Parts: sequence; C-alpha cells; structure tokens
Amino acid sequence: MLQATVTGHIGSLQIDASLVAHGGTLVLVGPNGAGKTTLLLMLLGARRPEAGRITLGETVLLDSTSGVDVPIEERRLGYVPQDYALFPHLTVLENVEFARSNEGQPRRARARQLVDEFGLGPLANRRTTELSGGEKQKVALARALAAEPRALLLDEPLAALDAATRRDVRSFLCDYLAKLDLPSVLVTHDPADALAFGARIGVMEGGRVIQSGTWEELRARPASPFVEQFVSSGAR
Amino acid sequence: MSARARVRAHAYLVLVFAGGVLALFLLAPVVGLVAATSPADFWSGLHHPLVWPALRLSLLTTTVSLLVVVGLGTPLAWALARSTGRVARAVEVVVQLPAVIPPAVAGVALLLTFGRRGLFAGWLYPQGWSVTFTTAAVILAEIFVSAPYFVQAATDAFRRVDQSCVVVARTLGAFPLRVFWQIELPLAVSGLVAGAAMSWARSLGEFGATLMFAGNASGKTQTLPLAIYMAFESDLRAAQALSLVLIAVAFGVLLAARATLARGARARVAR
Repeated sequence: MLQATVTGHIGSLQIDASLVAHGGTLVLVGPNGAGKTTLLLMLLGARRPEAGRITLGETVLLDSTSGVDVPIEERRLGYVPQDYALFPHLTVLENVEFARSNEGQPRRARARQLVDEFGLGPLANRRTTELSGGEKQKVALARALAAEPRALLLDEPLAALDAATRRDVRSFLCDYLAKLDLPSVLVTHDPADALAFGARIGVMEGGRVIQSGTWEELRARPASPFVEQFVSSGAR
Repeated sequence: MSARARVRAHAYLVLVFAGGVLALFLLAPVVGLVAATSPADFWSGLHHPLVWPALRLSLLTTTVSLLVVVGLGTPLAWALARSTGRVARAVEVVVQLPAVIPPAVAGVALLLTFGRRGLFAGWLYPQGWSVTFTTAAVILAEIFVSAPYFVQAATDAFRRVDQSCVVVARTLGAFPLRVFWQIELPLAVSGLVAGAAMSWARSLGEFGATLMFAGNASGKTQTLPLAIYMAFESDLRAAQALSLVLIAVAFGVLLAARATLARGARARVAR
C-alpha cells in the first residue's frame, strides 16, 4: 500500500495533497496545472516536498519530521513518464535490462521474459527511436517492471497515442495491471481511462486532492464543476 | 510590378548586398592567402627550421591543455547545468571571462599572478624558479583562453539532456555516478566533442597570452602562431606555409564540430 501526504510548492502552485493506493490502481485526474505530475515526482523523490510523509507498506520513504528521505534509486517505485523517456542511445532490450539486480548484474532473464510477454521480441535489438507510440509505451512499462518495483506510477500513459492505439494499449494495460496486483497511481485527463482502470479515483485541483472515491461516488456528489464535467463526459 | 512586389524585390537586394559584402570580406583573406602561395613556395616554406619544432610543440601543448580542459571542465559543466542557484550563475560568468578578455591582457594577468614576482610567487616558487617562459606556461596560457569554449558548450549539452531520462534511470536503481556515465554523458557527447574541437582550435591559435607569459623560445615556447610571427620577418614563405597549415586544420575542425553537433541534434529529434 502506497500512502502519501505532502506539502510543497512549485512555482506559484502550492501543493497540499494526500493519497492512498492499495493494491489496484488509483486514478489521479485533474485539469492541466493541477500538480498531478509534481505529486508523482514528489512520490518518486525527484522533487523534495517542504513537508510530508510517504510510506510504502512498512517502509518509510519520506518523513520530514524525522529527517528520513530515501533517495530515488532506493525507493523501488516504477515510473512511466508522459513522454516515456526511453534511452535513445540504447536498444529496446538494453532499455529493459537497465535495472540491475542486487549483485549488480543486469536483470537479463527478467528483461527477456517481459520483452517476450509484451510481444516486443522482434524489436529487441532495435533503437527505441524507431518504434511506434504503442511500442514505446510497452517498452517503458517493461523497463519499469524489470526492476521489480513495489509500486507503479504512470503519468498520462495513453495521452500521446492515436485513438485506435489508445484503445488497444488501454485494454492491454488494464489487464496487465489487474494481474500484477501492485499498488499503482495512474495520472490521466481522459474519463475513459478513469472508467477502465480505476476502482478509486482521486481528483486534484489547484494542488489539492479535493475528492476521492469511486466513479459512482463522484457522480453522485461532485465536489467541483470540474468533477461534474469530468464524470458527465465519461461513457457511463 | 506591383508596389508590394517592388518593395519585396528591393528588400531582397539589400539583404543579398549587405550579407554578401560581409561574407565576401570574411572569405577574401583566406582565398588571398591560398592564391598567393604557390605549391613550390609551400614546400620550401615547410622546410624552414622554425617549422617542425613549432609544429611538435603546438601538438604537445594543445593536447595536454585539451586533456586538462576536458578532464576538469566536464564535471564543472555538469554541475553548472544541474545547478540553479545564484552561485552557479556567477561561476558560469567567471568561466566565460577569459573568452572576452584580450589575449595580451590575459598574458599580463598570468604574469602578474604566476610570475617570478607575482602574487603567488612566495608559495609556488620557494626556490626562486618560476613557471614563466617554460613549456608549462604555454600550456597554462592555452588552458586559460580555451577553457571557456569547452565549458560553455558542455554546459549547454548537459542542459539539453532530457531530465525525464535521468529520473527514470534513478528509479531503476542507478546511483548518480552510473546515471552520469551511462545516460547523461552518452546523450551529451556530441556537444562535448564539438566544444572540445572549438576549444582545441582556440588554444592552437593562441598568440598574445603565450607571447607575454611564456615567451618565444624555439622548441620550448614558440608555438605555431609565434613561429608565423617570427617567420614573417625573415622568410615570408615559411609564414605562408605555416598559415596554410593552420587554416586547413581550423577548417577541418570547424567542419567536424558542425557535423558532430548536427548528428547529435538529429538523434535528439528522432525521439
């Protein structure tokens, strides 16, 4: 279970947010500039909040009162950023193998298994710059999973894809995340994603999580005009 | 022709004329030098006794100064690219200073600081010996004038590295040193190579600071540009031959630097 309460500011935006992700996916939605990506970066340790507490199961990742601040490389959080951030000078297989085991060996067996499982086998030795959007998505996910993370953070994983690819990848991702049973936070602005992925949805606006609950709860009692508009534009 | 078409035609003519005049002016001396030197002059000039000692010395000193500039400049550039504070910005300006100081001024400054009666003379030279007028002084002068070119290019190159890649690499368990070697350096390398090339070309051509701080002793401190200056007074053909060699080298370095930068830019865009 990933649990976080953080405060901080980025530019003029004041972040003051709490979230909880049990096994299963928490979908984080909100308008542009709400601070969703910043919150993910704070969870990862890439941005330091001014104050807060982040725990992953029994492990404390951040506790500003006791001075605990685990560095990024030790937090064991998988990250799929918005532009995938594949390493352009490495092949698909080298990207997925980048994580090292505790002995410092590349996780070759695990990487190979993931590459095959995601149907990327024929592309294993290609440069990542030659891939389509959907393929890049899968490589980014496989790369994060090869490190055997204890939670997964995905930032707008489908935003850069065209409509047809988005449907295919959404369905693939949905099945895979359900099978994984890893606490996950998925940031999106697309109501279709919220419907597909999330039993629980957190709404972030102006740096704060203003509402969290199931789709039905949000629709029954929307906490803001944005929430109201968001749930009404979804299919259900 | 309509009024608008006439204005456009005039504007085009002004552009071509103004730009053309400048470009031709920049090209003319190079063309003039090549045209004024016959192959026979070139070969006999190359056999002048000044030439080979100067060539060997320049090669030695510019190689050593390049290694120092790249070795010390790369971590500096990385730190400057990743820092956002006022101190970092101030350091960036300080590092660029030697590029805008006149070379002769740099020579005087180096002399007053590191010379026999300079600021640090008591600490550096308890025996009374000093670094001035030695080959080491040539290297120091070259480092001083050429470092800004490398550090600025390297800082820009590290800045252009996608920070998402850096964050992802760290989430995959890589410590910052491994991220530097395996992610940041490979992604910045084209900018670093281009910067090193320009820096090397600058140190190869250094004249004023070298003359004042290191002197003009053949084989010890007389680099190629100084040799050209000396040859100019005794045998113009030697000066011409050396000049052609330097122009050819400079041209080659420029083309190589541009090609490297272009290839790096294409690799980034392909993402």
